[in-house]
Amino acid sequence: MKSVLAEHLIKTYRKGHVRALDGLSLDVEEGTVLSVLGPNGAGKTTVVRILATLLVPDSGNAVVGGINVIAHPEKVREIIGLSGQYAAVDETLTGWDNLIMFGRLYHLNQKQAETRANELLERFSLTDSARRPIKTYSGGMRRRLDLAASLIVKPKILFLDEPTTGLDPRGRQEMWEVIEELVKGGVTLLLTTQYLEEADQLADDIVVIDRGKVIARGTSDALKRQVGGEQLEVVVDHHNIQATVEIVARVSGAKPVIDEGLRQISAPVSTGAVALIEVLRSMDGAGIHPLDIALKRPSLDDVFMSLTGHLAETEPEVEMTKKRRGRKS
Amino acid sequence: MKYAISDALIITKRQLMLLVRVPEVLIFSTIQPVMFVLLFRYVFGGSISSGQPGGYVQFLMPGIFVQTVAFTLAGTASGVAEDMTKGLIDRYRSLPIARSALVFGKTLGDSALNIVVLLVMGVAGFIVGWRPHSGFFKLLFAFIFLLAFGYALSWIGIFVGLTARDARVVQNVSFLVTFPLTFLSNAFAPTTGMPKPLQYFAEWNPVSTMVAATRQLFGLTNKFGVTAGSYPSQHPMIMSLVYMIIVMAIFVPVSVRTYNNSAKKK
Repeated sequence: MKSVLAEHLIKTYRKGHVRALDGLSLDVEEGTVLSVLGPNGAGKTTVVRILATLLVPDSGNAVVGGINVIAHPEKVREIIGLSGQYAAVDETLTGWDNLIMFGRLYHLNQKQAETRANELLERFSLTDSARRPIKTYSGGMRRRLDLAASLIVKPKILFLDEPTTGLDPRGRQEMWEVIEELVKGGVTLLLTTQYLEEADQLADDIVVIDRGKVIARGTSDALKRQVGGEQLEVVVDHHNIQATVEIVARVSGAKPVIDEGLRQISAPVSTGAVALIEVLRSMDGAGIHPLDIALKRPSLDDVFMSLTGHLAETEPEVEMTKKRRGRKS
Repeated sequence: MKYAISDALIITKRQLMLLVRVPEVLIFSTIQPVMFVLLFRYVFGGSISSGQPGGYVQFLMPGIFVQTVAFTLAGTASGVAEDMTKGLIDRYRSLPIARSALVFGKTLGDSALNIVVLLVMGVAGFIVGWRPHSGFFKLLFAFIFLLAFGYALSWIGIFVGLTARDARVVQNVSFLVTFPLTFLSNAFAPTTGMPKPLQYFAEWNPVSTMVAATRQLFGLTNKFGVTAGSYPSQHPMIMSLVYMIIVMAIFVPVSVRTYNNSAKKK
C-alpha cells in the first residue's frame, strides 16, 4: 500500500514566474523510507509543505494515508508528523513546556501529555535538559526536541524536511540514530535532504529532484549503477606502472586511465570483486606489490552530476531568498 | 469543532507562560507607560492647562491608559511575526487544531498582559496623585472598556504580524501608526489649542473617543474646541464602541483567513 502519493504536482509562485514544482510525482510504500534528494531550490520543501497540508498546489493530486490532502487536510493532520527545517519550538519555554503544550494541542489530557513527554524526553536523551529553556539547547538538541514534538501522537507517517541541515557531524550522527530507530518502529518516512550521504544512509528509495521535477528514482545502489559500473583503482610503484596497466587492461577489457602523479591506474570493471581477485592474482604472479587497491562505487555526488550536469551545490539558499525578495518588493 | 475554545486557551496559556519565563517582557511593557506618566505629570504637566479639578494628572491618566492599550497592536504584531520567522506558525498549522485557535489564543493572551499592565499603571497613577471619583463600578467598566479596545487592536496586530516580511520591521510599522494617532488626539493636551483642521482630525480619531469615554467614566468633563457639538465629542462611548466593532468585523475574518493561507516566508 502506498502511504504517500503525489501525482503531477504543480506549484508556481509570483504569478507563475517561478515554478517550484513542475509536474512532480512520487510515492512512498507503507513502512519504508523515501528520501527526496536535491539541491536548494529544487522544490523539496514545497513538496513536503503540500503533503503536510500547509500549502495547496496549483494542480495535481496528493494522498496521504489514503486521505486526499487537498479535500480533507484536517484529517491528514491527525495522522502525520512534521518536522521542518527550523526547529519550530518555542525558544523561551522549556523542552517540557513545549511537549506538554503540543500534547495538549493534540488533545491529550494533562496526565497523558505528561506521560508522553517523559517517554519522548527519555527516548531522545533530553530528560536532563527538560526544565531548561530551549534557547540554551544545542542545535542538535533543538532538532531532537522538534522531532519529539512531531511524534507526540505516534504518527504513522512522518515528514522530515532537511532534518540535519545546519547540524555539526555529531549532531547529525545522533539525529540519524534517532531516525533509524523510528524507522525500525515501522513509521513511513519521507525525508528531504541535500546530503547525498544522508539519503544513502537512511533511505530505502531515493528520488532525485531538480527544478521541480523528478529526474531519477531508485535504490541507492540502482542509482549508482545507472551512472556506470564499479571502478577498479590500483596504486603501484613507478617502475611497476607499465606491467600493472597491462594486467588491468586484460581483466577490464577497457583502456585503463593512468595518473602518473598518484601512480594510480584505474579502469571500469563489470565483474566487481572477481575482477579484483583476478588482478591481484596476476600482480602477485608478476611479483608486483600493490600500494593500494580498491573497488570504487560511484558516489551519489557522481550520480547527481551525471543526471543534472551540474553539482548538487548550486546557489546557497540565503542568496536565493534575497533575490526572490528583491524582485517581489 | 468542539476543541476550538480549549485549543485557543492552551495558546493563551502559552502566552502567559512566556510572561513568567521572560519577565523582561512584562517589565518593559510596564516601564514605558510608567515613564510616560512621570514625564507628562512632572515635566510637561505644569505647562499644560487642562482645567481639570485635581490637576493635570486626572486629565493625563485616561490618555496614558488608552495609549498603553493602543500599543498592544505592536506587541501582538511582533509576537506573531516572530513565530512566523521561527516556523512555529507552520507547526501550529500542521496540528489537528481549529484554525482559529492560534489567533484567538494570541489575542486573548495579549489582553491578559494588558490586565497586568493596566493594574501596575493604575497603582503608579495613584502614587502620583490620580484619584478617580466615579465609584468602583464605573472604574471597573472603564478598565473593561480599555481592555476591549486593546483586544480589538490586537486583531490588527495579528494581520500586521502575518503579512510583514520581517519581524524587525513590524515594530517600526506599528509605532509609525500608533504614535501619531496617540499624539494627534486629546490624550495629553486638550485639542482646543490645536489648529482647526487638526481639531477635526483629533475629534474623529479613535484614540480621542476612547480617551474621552474613559474620562467620562472616571467622572471628568471633556473640553472641546470647534468640535464640541460633533457626534464623537458628544457620544464618545458609542463612537468608540462603533470603532471597535468595525475593527473586529474587518480584522477577525481577515486575520483568520490570512493565518490559514499564511506560509512561512523564507
